[in-house]
Amino acid sequence: MWTIAGYGLREALRRKVFVVVCLLTVAFLLLYWMGNRYVFNHVGEIVPPAGIDAQTFAGAFLFGMAMFGTLFLGVVLAVFLTLGVVRGDAERGLLQPLVVRPIGRSTVLAARFLGAGAVCVPYVLGVYFATMVLTGLEGSWWPDRIVTPGLELAGAVLLVAALSLLGSVFLSGIANGIAVFMLFGAGLVAGLLDNIGHVLNSGGLVHAAKIAAWIVPFEALYQDALRTITENTSGLTGFLLRLGPFGGAEQGGVALRLWAIAYLGIVGALALAGFARRDL
Amino acid sequence: MYARRVTAALAVSGLAKRYGAVEALRGVDLEVGEGELVGLLGPNGAGKSTLVKIACGLVRPSAGHAEVCGARAGSREARAAIGYLAEFFRFPGWTSADELLGLHQRLTSSDGGERERADLLELVGLDDARERRVEEMSKGMQQRLGIAQALVRSPRLLLLDEPTSALDPVGRRTVRTLLEELRRRGISVLLNSHLLSEVELVCDRVVILLAGKVVSAGAPGDLARPRGVEIETDAGTRRYADAGRDDIPALVAELVRDGRSVYGARVLTSTLEEVYVEAVGGESR
Repeated sequence: MWTIAGYGLREALRRKVFVVVCLLTVAFLLLYWMGNRYVFNHVGEIVPPAGIDAQTFAGAFLFGMAMFGTLFLGVVLAVFLTLGVVRGDAERGLLQPLVVRPIGRSTVLAARFLGAGAVCVPYVLGVYFATMVLTGLEGSWWPDRIVTPGLELAGAVLLVAALSLLGSVFLSGIANGIAVFMLFGAGLVAGLLDNIGHVLNSGGLVHAAKIAAWIVPFEALYQDALRTITENTSGLTGFLLRLGPFGGAEQGGVALRLWAIAYLGIVGALALAGFARRDL
Repeated sequence: MYARRVTAALAVSGLAKRYGAVEALRGVDLEVGEGELVGLLGPNGAGKSTLVKIACGLVRPSAGHAEVCGARAGSREARAAIGYLAEFFRFPGWTSADELLGLHQRLTSSDGGERERADLLELVGLDDARERRVEEMSKGMQQRLGIAQALVRSPRLLLLDEPTSALDPVGRRTVRTLLEELRRRGISVLLNSHLLSEVELVCDRVVILLAGKVVSAGAPGDLARPRGVEIETDAGTRRYADAGRDDIPALVAELVRDGRSVYGARVLTSTLEEVYVEAVGGESR
């Protein structure tokens, strides 16, 4: 298992995936730091709705945006590390020499998931904490919960990686990449519908958006992560902050986390079953 | 007194495989004995690669069964006993020859270490390309590296699917010598190849597939049919289509009686190529 996981990591390293990702992430963090500096240097010019603290408003919105950016970068990384693991690699003739070895198919799949997780989880946590520190140092604003939102973002990216692996069993690399990004987009739409539902005070729309987010629980985890950064903020400030810049904050709690774990298990089982039956 | 059952390296019985409407294999029976080198021939689409893929567990049969060294094909025990080189394969371009073999050593739990890697690279004539990356190798070198990876941890059964398709004549001779060496070591080989001359030279037995069925099987010498006798005289070469080896003394005596000088006589038999063309009915796809 560790041999295959290490093989995946070495491939990413040798193909300079990490170099490119690190350079682009530094660019993202630089831009984010500039945005923070500009916003907090001019925070007095921000005129939020009456009764809202401008510092909290700016900090939470900036960090919420950074969380979306972190999720998006993590998802891009996860998808590109996994989109061709089965069918893509089989079509290129890379997979067959590995799966005829005694380790077997299930180990290959699990190891590739572990390999992707070993890259994506530290990456997401690293970017999450870096953006948090930038906002904290520039604007003296810190989220209500420090660790939980980061873990939920990492969990969301792991779910996308698992879905991408499942897709790779049945779809060619490009088709799988498109499918997973469209699924990710569908999750974002669910978040936006939730926003609209709250603004229009439409309980039905909010309920539908919540069901949609739970069908793709990476979105529900992201919404819960957004909620936890302003968990202790209440009243109008809390209401406005929870609308969020890219999808609304929504409570998930323990039930969501358990569902996310179960979902990961279901997706993993489907991927293993599909891979076991697939002719290569 | 008791009869001890000798387990074949590969035993295939009633094997069938259907891809949608296409029947790739239609009840194939085949056996590769311990230490035997069997050539698998047939036109494109005959089912050769499908048969090899079923043997190594990449494809599931629709009917029938296949066993590798007594274990169900595709099982962990069967996979531990085989070495496989696919017809269309690719190794990661970023790995060196040595790293690739090291990876396969770990995957097979081989304890051969550096010595085994060096021996294998030497065996396939890549001993000077140990640190060369796959992406810097020619297709022929990659094919030889593929054979080396298939031989990691000395498999009991080697499944080679078109192993010489990208090799030049010297490379093919290297592989031929290698196959003879493997036979000497007692490794069973199923060789899927279009190169009839090579199959004829190295294989103990030949199996010809056509449209998913075995249409001919046997030792190359047994498959060859007598095609008469040819005698070289001072008046030119004479051919006796119905004669056999036993007729040569009488034919020579008769020619000498007639005042002819005889320089040589040989029995004519059909080549494997002729046997093959006859078996597949000239079919080519």
